[in-house]
Amino acid sequence: MREGSERFKRTLEGFFFAFVLFTIAVAGIGLGVRRWLPPLASEHGAGIDRMIRYLLITVGALFVLGHAALGYFIWRFSRQERVTYRLASARAEKLWSLVPGVVMALVAEGGVLLIGLPIWQQYYLRPAPSDAVLVEVTAEQFAWNIRYPGRDGRLGRTDPRLISYENPLGMDAQDPASRDDIVQLGVMYIPVGRPVHVRLRSKDTLHSFFLPHFRVKQDAVPGMTIDIWFTPTQTGEFEIACAELCGFGHFQMRGVLRVLPPEEFERWLAAQPTFF
Amino acid sequence: MASEPSVHMHEEPTSFWRRYIFSTDHKIIGLQYYLTAMGMALVGGALAMLIRLQLGWPDEKWPLLAKLFPRGMSGGVMNPDFYLALITMHGTLMIFFVISLGLVSGFGNYLLPLQIGARDMAFPFLNMLSYWTVVPACVIMLASFFVEGGAAASGWTAYPPLSAVEQAVPGSGLGQTLWILGMALFIASFTMGGLNFVTTILNERTRGMSMMRLPLFIWTLLIASILGLLAFPPLTAAAILLLFDRHGGTSFFLPSGLYFGERVLPHSGGSPLLWQHLFWFLGHPEVYVLILPALGIALDLLPPFTRKPIFGYRLTVYSLFAIGVLSMIVWGHHMFVSGMNPFVGEFFAIGTLAITIPSAIIGFNLIASLWGARLQLRTPALFALGSIAFFGTGGFGGIFLGNATSDIQLHDTYFVVGHFHFMIGGVTLLALFGGTYYWFPKMFGRMMSERLGKIHFWLTFVSFYAVFLTQHFLGLGGMPRRYYAFSKFEFLAAIRDMNAFVSIAAFVLGAAQLIFLFNFFWSLFRGARAERNPWRATTLEWVAPTPPPHGNWGETVPEVHRWPYDYSVPGAPEDFTPQTVPPTVVEVTR
Amino acid sequence: MKRPFGAETRVEEVLRDARLWGDFGMPPSDDHRRDGFDGGSERPHGLPVPSAQFGLWLFLGTVTMLFAGFTSAYLVRQAGPDWQSLPRPPILWVNTGVLLLSSVLLEVGRRRRRALRRWILGATALGALFLLGQLLAWRMLRAQGIYLPTNPHSSFFYILTGVHGVHVLGGVIALLSVLALAWRDASGERTAHRLSLCAVYWHFVGGLWLYLLFVLFLL
Repeated sequence: MREGSERFKRTLEGFFFAFVLFTIAVAGIGLGVRRWLPPLASEHGAGIDRMIRYLLITVGALFVLGHAALGYFIWRFSRQERVTYRLASARAEKLWSLVPGVVMALVAEGGVLLIGLPIWQQYYLRPAPSDAVLVEVTAEQFAWNIRYPGRDGRLGRTDPRLISYENPLGMDAQDPASRDDIVQLGVMYIPVGRPVHVRLRSKDTLHSFFLPHFRVKQDAVPGMTIDIWFTPTQTGEFEIACAELCGFGHFQMRGVLRVLPPEEFERWLAAQPTFF
Repeated sequence: MASEPSVHMHEEPTSFWRRYIFSTDHKIIGLQYYLTAMGMALVGGALAMLIRLQLGWPDEKWPLLAKLFPRGMSGGVMNPDFYLALITMHGTLMIFFVISLGLVSGFGNYLLPLQIGARDMAFPFLNMLSYWTVVPACVIMLASFFVEGGAAASGWTAYPPLSAVEQAVPGSGLGQTLWILGMALFIASFTMGGLNFVTTILNERTRGMSMMRLPLFIWTLLIASILGLLAFPPLTAAAILLLFDRHGGTSFFLPSGLYFGERVLPHSGGSPLLWQHLFWFLGHPEVYVLILPALGIALDLLPPFTRKPIFGYRLTVYSLFAIGVLSMIVWGHHMFVSGMNPFVGEFFAIGTLAITIPSAIIGFNLIASLWGARLQLRTPALFALGSIAFFGTGGFGGIFLGNATSDIQLHDTYFVVGHFHFMIGGVTLLALFGGTYYWFPKMFGRMMSERLGKIHFWLTFVSFYAVFLTQHFLGLGGMPRRYYAFSKFEFLAAIRDMNAFVSIAAFVLGAAQLIFLFNFFWSLFRGARAERNPWRATTLEWVAPTPPPHGNWGETVPEVHRWPYDYSVPGAPEDFTPQTVPPTVVEVTR
Repeated sequence: MKRPFGAETRVEEVLRDARLWGDFGMPPSDDHRRDGFDGGSERPHGLPVPSAQFGLWLFLGTVTMLFAGFTSAYLVRQAGPDWQSLPRPPILWVNTGVLLLSSVLLEVGRRRRRALRRWILGATALGALFLLGQLLAWRMLRAQGIYLPTNPHSSFFYILTGVHGVHVLGGVIALLSVLALAWRDASGERTAHRLSLCAVYWHFVGGLWLYLLFVLFLL
């Protein structure tokens, strides 16, 4: 009698553990098939999304398989009265261990070598096309300053010693290239379908220029000017968020990105007053 | 050939101070570390509860908390800079002062000499010093909450300029200086411990205890200690440089033109990226210092409850070494979008993903160890099995982050938070708990309550998934980390309310730990009496009396004749054969 | 022994296990490392060096890593545009000579059982002299208007010599403890043992100084 109830209890526990693990696997599937990524609005972003989707499917499958296998093993072997398989031969251990090694090499390493790095190289290691719209973004605690180079296509010189309330970027009025520069606070306009070349800077601490819909993220480092570029594929109004801890206003360092049809963008740009 | 024994067993001390406070006995020191880690865990956990309170209900007011934290929660609303101090100190305390202290220093100190058949560590006095160096470190960290400006608030990663410039955030005043000092003391303490662990494992093993007869836990302690010894010093160097950037006017990490408080700072020529490189050179191996011993415990907790050897012992040892070596050359995966040369980023991605191979082998070996087993689902086994699931989940998330391309979207989002909590908060915590339930009978001669243990396990296991698996998907949705609130952004509108669910699950997770605490202390006085080897296990600590006396073994030191996994040896009188049993009595199978 | 909590093993359990397993294979003495050991069939395991020496080498490894960290920071910073080389304070050569000489004195002393104390005293005194000389070097730089934050090279100079100096100070304290031992028992085993460990550390610190000179002024 006692034996039987012990056995039943054991079986129940093993079943429960397996049930929880299967539920987790199912929950993982349920969550994984939902659309989480913000709607895509850039060209190169398609590659990043492809990478993420590949991983969600392959690694997700491993996640489900792993939890299911663990659950099954627990259930099955918690019911056993004796050890039925004690020690594998050294050779069997090596051969079996090849399986996870090879799977990971293919899925993880293969994924990055064949899919990930080509996309990475496209994004990072190609310089911005010459017809790109040049915009300078200077991050500060806790706002985004946007500057356009104007008709001359050149951004004027800045000097931190010239920074003041009226001149947040410290622009040098003596530099002729500054004469036609256009400065915006917190709102960035770009045309759709054309590459945008962003020069990223920071006035004070580290920030990070994060455009969730465009799959763009780049730290803004004081003392460095970092170049990135991307091509928007959707018009509309999007958000800029900061993705590197920068102080107590980090959570509200919001910028707006407006993507306009090309003619509308040109009209907008022409209508802007220059800074000086 | 080992030469003269260097562990001279002194006379057992008789005064209270020398026995329990300034003891050089590794068991007392191990317990001191463990209990200190427990205390720090209460603080770190409380910080987490406050964080989740804010994130779950950012618009609520909490008048009771305003009384407790008049500056941080004035008017019942949390100040954003207080929030940043909370997340900074939660991370710092948990990583260094809970997991490292409890798992490596606590269990490591208690078990290492016992499991290798030594009487104590190679350097008992240094061991005592190491504990008493970490105590002021704890005090300094806790004290930093109460100074002007509050505790450090630049994240546990302390990136300059935020951490270097006093005006950048309130915690970067005295709080950050105290953080640096506390870390320096911690690193000194850990270094002393590391020297002890490596020397003892290599040089103080008993007769017959070859390296391939060591329990896997000891292997992981060896590798973790070597990693720590190699990786911590560059952080010490960086911390010294940061101290001088803060107080000496130097410019190691600070470039020219920094504009704070309406003036341009006089620094010039430094690079914030230099800090990141030096920090992560430690930071990445550090997480393996935490997880390897946890895996070691999980690996060693299985055989007593499967009654069969671990699958792939030798391959696991090689994999552990491979992980250790690789872990030292992949730190740049924390810096893919930092402004570091993207070409270099490619190499870090390739190296990082190579770690999945030995890790997968270990995960596979853990699961394969169940095949054909006579599995007993006692509390320690539950925690060991749970840690396999956590290790898999955390590892799979890591594949997304180690891949530079997917990391562009996921860096600094909750995907990272979910990932690292599974690894260094999940696997490690379950190992700590499992190890506690398992070795409690040897330490104190009593059993912990099995029923409470199982309740503790299930509440912890399920709520942990609810909190941290969910966060992976929030991160996919773009939810950035270290945000005080998510109300300012439209693109988060659809998912930000899930934080309430996460917070509730987090409260369940926190509350479940109270069950463990109760169980621990209640069982000390009222737990069922334990026999010397209640789990019928083979490793050397179970041969020692309960509790092991000063010198561990009494008159004679055990001699080892087999590996630690001779369970269910055909023809043996019992289904376990301790390591000390000679081959004339029971055959040696490995 | 009265214990506040917990329970003791019962004697019967130990005896039962002994009956079950027969002889546990435990050797009659605890000197498990002695060669020619009787009753045991297994080899002793360990390193070819004693623990104290091995531990010291490990520690020197961490000190090496510390300065490796500083070196990498130095190289990165040196590549920056605002690097200005520091004028070499000539007293550094004197200090270097002093430190190297102290190593020599220490080595001579190690080989003399009788006159040990005065050689160690000499080495210790030279060590202290080195530290004074370093402080003098700092003062000379300050007199030229070169302080810690003046330029990156000067920052590294002060910090590297400072951290190295702290390590030298540790070595001086260690040597003083050897002297204290030697005062009571100059030719004893303990003294020789501690002296040999200190000597390794001391030579390391001297070598480290040569390395720092190389990095600071020859790279």
